[in-house]
Amino acid sequence: MQITVNVNGADHSREVEPRLLLIHFLRDHLGLTGSHWGCDTSNCGACVVWLDETPVKSCTVLAVMADGHRVRTVEGLERHGELDAVQQGFAECHGLQCGFCTPGMMLTARWLLDHHPDPSAEQIRESISGQICRCTGYENIVRSVRWAAEHAAAAREDGGLATEARA
Amino acid sequence: MTAAAGLPSDRMDGAYGPVRRKEDARFIRGQGLFVDDIQRPGMLYGAVLRSPLAHARIVSIDTAAALAHPRVRAVITGQALQHRELAWMPTLSQDVQAVLATDKVRFQGQEVAFVVAEDSYSARDALELIIVEYEPLPAVIDARKALDPAAPVIRDDLAGRLDNHIFDWQAGDQAATDAVFAAADVVVTQDMLYPRSHPAPLETCGIVADMDRVSGKLTVWSTTQAPHVHRTLYALVAGLPEHKIRVISPDIGGGFGNKVPIYPGYLCAVVGSILTGRPVKWVEDRSENLMSTSFARDYHMHGELAASSDGRILGLRARVLADHGAFNGSAQPTKFPAGFFHIFTGSYDLRAAHCTVTGVYTNKAPGGVAYSCSFRITEAVYLVERLVDVLAYELGMDAAELRMKNLLRPEQFPYTCPTGWEYDSGDYPRALQLAMDMAGYPQLRREQAEKRARGEHMGIGISFFTEGVGAGPRRHMDILGLGMADGADLRVHPTGKVVLAISCQTQGQGHETTFAQIVAQELGMSSDDVEVVHGDTDRTPFGLGTYGSRSTPVSGAAAAMVARKVRERARIVGAALLEVGPADLEWENGRWQVRGDRDQAKTIAEIAMAAHSSLELPDGVEGHLDASTVYNPPNLTYPFGAYICVTDVDAGTGEVKIRRFIAVDDCGVRINPMIVEGQIHGGLADGVGMALMQVMAFDADGNCLGGSFMDYLMPTSMECPSWELGQTVTPSPHHPIGAKGVGESATVGSPPAIVNSVLDALRPFGVRHADMPLTPANVWCAIQGHPVRTDLAIP
Amino acid sequence: MQVPAYVEYEKATSVQHALALLARFGPEARILAGGHSLIPMMKLRLVQPETLVDINGLRELSYVKVTDGELRIGALTRHAQLLDSAIAGRHFAILHDAEKVIADPIVRNWGTVGGALCQADPSEDLSAVFAALKASMVIQQADGSRTVPVRDFFTGPYATVVAPGELLTEIRVVIRPGGSSAYAKVGRRAGDWPVGAAGAAIWLAGDTIAAAGIGLTAVGARHFAAAEAEEFLRGAPVTEASLRRAGEIAAEHCHPSSDQRGPADYKRHLASELTIRALRRALRRARGQEA
Repeated sequence: MQITVNVNGADHSREVEPRLLLIHFLRDHLGLTGSHWGCDTSNCGACVVWLDETPVKSCTVLAVMADGHRVRTVEGLERHGELDAVQQGFAECHGLQCGFCTPGMMLTARWLLDHHPDPSAEQIRESISGQICRCTGYENIVRSVRWAAEHAAAAREDGGLATEARA
Repeated sequence: MTAAAGLPSDRMDGAYGPVRRKEDARFIRGQGLFVDDIQRPGMLYGAVLRSPLAHARIVSIDTAAALAHPRVRAVITGQALQHRELAWMPTLSQDVQAVLATDKVRFQGQEVAFVVAEDSYSARDALELIIVEYEPLPAVIDARKALDPAAPVIRDDLAGRLDNHIFDWQAGDQAATDAVFAAADVVVTQDMLYPRSHPAPLETCGIVADMDRVSGKLTVWSTTQAPHVHRTLYALVAGLPEHKIRVISPDIGGGFGNKVPIYPGYLCAVVGSILTGRPVKWVEDRSENLMSTSFARDYHMHGELAASSDGRILGLRARVLADHGAFNGSAQPTKFPAGFFHIFTGSYDLRAAHCTVTGVYTNKAPGGVAYSCSFRITEAVYLVERLVDVLAYELGMDAAELRMKNLLRPEQFPYTCPTGWEYDSGDYPRALQLAMDMAGYPQLRREQAEKRARGEHMGIGISFFTEGVGAGPRRHMDILGLGMADGADLRVHPTGKVVLAISCQTQGQGHETTFAQIVAQELGMSSDDVEVVHGDTDRTPFGLGTYGSRSTPVSGAAAAMVARKVRERARIVGAALLEVGPADLEWENGRWQVRGDRDQAKTIAEIAMAAHSSLELPDGVEGHLDASTVYNPPNLTYPFGAYICVTDVDAGTGEVKIRRFIAVDDCGVRINPMIVEGQIHGGLADGVGMALMQVMAFDADGNCLGGSFMDYLMPTSMECPSWELGQTVTPSPHHPIGAKGVGESATVGSPPAIVNSVLDALRPFGVRHADMPLTPANVWCAIQGHPVRTDLAIP
Repeated sequence: MQVPAYVEYEKATSVQHALALLARFGPEARILAGGHSLIPMMKLRLVQPETLVDINGLRELSYVKVTDGELRIGALTRHAQLLDSAIAGRHFAILHDAEKVIADPIVRNWGTVGGALCQADPSEDLSAVFAALKASMVIQQADGSRTVPVRDFFTGPYATVVAPGELLTEIRVVIRPGGSSAYAKVGRRAGDWPVGAAGAAIWLAGDTIAAAGIGLTAVGARHFAAAEAEEFLRGAPVTEASLRRAGEIAAEHCHPSSDQRGPADYKRHLASELTIRALRRALRRARGQEA
């Protein structure tokens, strides 16, 4: 069937089978390979994207369920060529090693900061507790999100610079 | 902070320091290139049909319906491969493994057929159209029964094979050790299992194989930690000329030893491409990864420690039963079928030690060496650190005091242990003391006493480990006959920018950054001016790859040595440029400078341009500064560490909470402290997984119970504490920059720290030992007085 | 990654439309809500429905409200919404206790309360929760609706009384003063299925227990409830000894199986231990000693 999904601000229409998983729609039909997959049982979270402002595991959502809805992927974190504070935080604080879990982690972090601009380490850990990282032992991911929170706050005080959070 | 301008970095003196990673620029934008991201024109998709049974004869395979599927382009069976002499392939341990089963299947999940289709969903659908008739056979699941006289013979494919025995191996001095034991005041004995586990990198294994019929060149993009070894193996196995094979490791989403072997799916994809004339992509799903690719550990260990009554450790003995699965596919240097297990002498001043290891076949997946084990050092360290704690338990001594009493002293280095390893450098007591100071050890013991009086159960566990990494000297260490020396090539462009081509392969360790730092440090330039090339056999020199924490010790050494060669060439050209003799120059502040005259100096960049110019060049240089080298390490390097873990145990439920984890590591000179710490953080999380939740368990019929992340469990952000790291720096005397490896140290050292901690908490219940994983159920059973066997599921 | 077999798909625009689609496509049609129980099963090909009826557009089924002295939860309410609902937490702390430990935060964004209950996994947390609360399940049919007590809702592993052509639309819990509730769960890691879990709701009359509800999951408790233990507690004094005895009785009447998560004797022990802990906490809350 024909579906139209708005991904990172642009509409994409494709003919798909109902069984097509959203993660495969994004990766294979739209060529947005920044979102990954790592398991069969909805445990690992490498596939996390936003579906209408809400982080979901896109391996457990059918593409047809996203018809008429909005999706945001890691490719949509950057705004007008400027990295999001979360992306900068991950680079600044060594929050990634192999990079495979990173897109999902950053999208969850972005959602968390949008709703809780000053999260505690415990809150950050809880927010990513459904996502697996095999490389970092999570410590630097927590520090990366804290960095993004602190620098977004500083930017807001400065009158809004490149680190402005997504509205 | 603008995006396009790049990322921030700190600089210390020289190029070493917490430089931010170059590779991050693509990963944070979702622009990494992993195998499953690769699209090639005309690409087809493969899928593997796998055996549902652990042990069975294949009666028939009917592929007609699958072939009739409109989107299927090929179906390959073992029979088809047999015609090409490809049904079996050599393993990394001088055995053979079935690529696709012909006579029997020998583990649940074994490869039986390979479908190639126009899209991945159709390939998956077509698997269900293949009809296989099996005749079930009794399975050998319990390794402890593999050598029973009545046990079914698994490897009847091997001529003359009458049982499931693979090898016997031993190390150390048996007579001397027996004498020490016979005379000792105290002997403690403990059986312990290091359960079968799996490294489970987040990205599964996969390949895109593209055989170009016109040029005859095979290009392979693959998740491989050792691209050159894979290239040579493809040449040997598939009978293709090696200069017509290109292996490319794109970005890899974690290796941890899982991506060292060549798997049957890779070869099937290659054959599929040859048959169809089109590229074939095969990427396994998670259940395939867990059930069929290289597992880790599975050592059933019987350990004995001899000591004096005042706690002096005198001798160690170990008898190990090693479960190798249905094919011996473990990946370690040829002369060491039990890897480096015989470093089980640990960090202590012993008189004698002896170990035996017996390897057996069972009806399970092949593997054994994986999951950051440093070739079985995880098993060795676990054994000795548990035995030391059991000794402390029996003698009523404090675990830290007992260790401090027996640790090797700095003046004993370089130290040759009773089984022949020459530890290069170390100050062990200093590291343990630092860990204890960071932990506030006396206060923790006081708190523990207060809590015990109230019926609360808090544990303090210690682990002190010595690692041996950086395999290795080529006369002792080879993989399938390929000596473990590694190459590095350095090209210097006229404008002084530099390209380093290395043979090792990053899977997240940050080589693009750290190796640039090594070269930059040697050549007095910014690491921004050094580009690191790796992962493509067409563009890099031969080497044995990245695993066993060998990148910094071997490839890093090669990078430093090749940079020094370039620097020496630059001396000769620089001397010509400055119109002095080469001996008149000294290397000062990143420049070749006339002795005592800082105004008369040239940078590498200036000299590079001169080397390409019309300058008359003296003997010794030809017109550029480029150099290459192969580094043959003289020894392993021996990083070490002291770990302390604080746990709280809920005796009513058996739940364990890790409150604190203090890790002091010494890996010699640290090129990039930020990256070193990241490696340690990751390894510590591995320990949480193994100690508290991970086991690849089987039922009596050989069904694998760890085929998904619902049951083979990964530690999350909630189980991992905020790691507290400390460091000491004891340079390696033989490494060109004094560095040691570190990638696996934390995976080696953390499980015994956590297990020792939990068992320390359970001391009031009289629990002397319980096996990993210490799940709530297993902890509770231990408290009740009946610790369970964790590798076999309760029927 | 594993992928589902071929399936047809329809999008429902109303409850009536959903029911009509179910009638049209027969017993091989399945309701698709959050899909976080169904889609994983379809990927592993443990179920292969012929048609999916997507009800995610039925916003009218997503609510948490108080009506006529009952807390009423729409079946399409996401776990995250229930966890976020102040009304739900105020009346039944057990709902928040449980939702905090169900799956993980991302799965909770999309999985639904109704979907979890209709999946009827023998280890489902919400089954124990609503059993403890003695909830009622409202099931819509083409020509009306019927209400089934939650303890009659589950007929076996992965089986409920919701027949083909029917749709669970609402879960109702009567609000009674003078009590509180709590949930206690043991898992092997965050987000794990329970190795054992207990939910308790308790209402006091002075120093006596007026009524109690005890739900158990993953331990083979009949109807996810510990009815014998509840009966014991009715009229019992509010003492630690009463709670301990209730735990013992709950453990005696469940039928846990040994598996990878643990042996049967451990699970039986958990049935007791967690019942006691949930009761204890519910009691503290009922007396205002804890939030």
